[in-house]
Amino acid sequence: MLIKTIFAGFGGQGVLSMGLNLAQAAMLEDKNVTYLPSYGAEVRGGTANCTVAISNEEIASPVASSPEFVVAMNQPSMIKFQNRLQSGGVLFINSSLVEAEASRGDITVVNVPASSVAEDMGSPKSANMVLLGAFIKKSNLASLSSVIQGLKGTMGKKQKQMAVNEKALQAGYDLF
Amino acid sequence: MTKVLMNGSSAIAEAAIRAGCQCYFGYPITPQNELTEYMATNLSRRKGCSFVQAESEISAINMVYGASLVGVRAMTSSSGPGISLKQEGISFLAACELPAVIVNMSRGGPGMGSIAAAQSDYFQATRGGGHGDYRTIVMAPSSVQELADLTHRAFHLADKYKTPVMILGDGILGQMMEPVKFKHEAPAEPPIRHDALRGAKGRRSKFIKSLTSNDTELEELNWSLFRRYELIKKKETTYETFLADDAELVVVAFGIAARIAKGAIKTVRSEGLKVGLLRPVTLWPFPAEAVQELAKKVKHYLVFEMNMGQMIEDVQLSLEGKGEVSFYGRPGGVIPTPSEVARVISRLYYQKGLSK
Repeated sequence: MLIKTIFAGFGGQGVLSMGLNLAQAAMLEDKNVTYLPSYGAEVRGGTANCTVAISNEEIASPVASSPEFVVAMNQPSMIKFQNRLQSGGVLFINSSLVEAEASRGDITVVNVPASSVAEDMGSPKSANMVLLGAFIKKSNLASLSSVIQGLKGTMGKKQKQMAVNEKALQAGYDLF
Repeated sequence: MTKVLMNGSSAIAEAAIRAGCQCYFGYPITPQNELTEYMATNLSRRKGCSFVQAESEISAINMVYGASLVGVRAMTSSSGPGISLKQEGISFLAACELPAVIVNMSRGGPGMGSIAAAQSDYFQATRGGGHGDYRTIVMAPSSVQELADLTHRAFHLADKYKTPVMILGDGILGQMMEPVKFKHEAPAEPPIRHDALRGAKGRRSKFIKSLTSNDTELEELNWSLFRRYELIKKKETTYETFLADDAELVVVAFGIAARIAKGAIKTVRSEGLKVGLLRPVTLWPFPAEAVQELAKKVKHYLVFEMNMGQMIEDVQLSLEGKGEVSFYGRPGGVIPTPSEVARVISRLYYQKGLSK
């Protein structure tokens, strides 16, 4: 098994932390994992993306030329990355922000109203965690408890934010 | 120690601290700034340790030179263009028989090139880079775990052979996060070399210098370095083989390219092609004996590098004409995919008639 996922969106939407949390969770489950942030001459408010590869075997390349999953937090990312998806792949869309429809017929689209759910919860910044919750439910790449355990590791002593994030993850998880 | 998720550059920094590195000097350059950043946060906090962001790469390597003169474990890191600037200092370290660890998380070149990962600094790393008749041990890790393990070994070898040691990574290895387990705890007291210049109280004063007007003395220094290099070749050459026992074709690759090649080999093996891998872990000394051993059975080699063909020369030299060498490379910071390399391997395998 080798599954690659690209998380993409605006800088500041938390796409890197989505990938990082998934990678943490996979590590806690003793899987082989690589996390590769995009890096380059980026500007504030520009686009950001990262790639997570999870496998039972050694991972040859951390780069995903044709990933199994793409998570698009905004429209430019959806347009940019949908063509990279493998035929039969799954495209997760933050449907609160993305108006365009996916143009491919050979992929499965999962619409997650992540930003609206997060806003209804009173924490619009945690849209990323809502989508991550939905993503792990649908992809089954890691368990919710591993993601929460990993999140505790990265959040450290920030109890308040931890509670908000956990709630958002659960809300996304319960959408499906 | 449990596993932690860490990027390659930070893993080198943490491993260096645990190896007793007392001084780090660096000047920022992408894609290895996480190393400098990690040292700024973590090394500077440790008792008796120093972190300095120097005003230039040249300054940083000369600070390493100074720290090594007084017997402490010291390190610097940079990428391509910055490593070029450090070459004079590395030559001086070699001449004065001083240990040091130099990290090159290489990027696309020549010139300023790009910040993407490349392997085009192989010649510079393995041929000395600076002036004079010297060698540096060159390590080529291919995972974050190995970056940590080889950093520890680099400090040990530098002290053991009194020589600069280079770790040759690349932008991807530096940026990529993977689980890593650190096998050593940082020493309570960082190791000090007592033959260094630490005051002449109770003994005659001594000099460590690279300039001499005495031909005999310089010839003897070169002979002494040469003998040491021969010893390093004998004792420290390291490599990994994968499915090479029954192989008809062996892919030779290092660092991140070896990882990609391994993925490609698994694919072609599943199609019944007898292909194996030789991965040099030390680029200098190059595993020439391992190549000669393979040459007794294997006639066809594919050298795969993220450059236009540099290590291929070492493979050809090691084979001494006893094998046929093909090459596949992607220069300029392009990261080939395992399926691309698998296609190249399959094509070559059939072209050479190995499927019969």
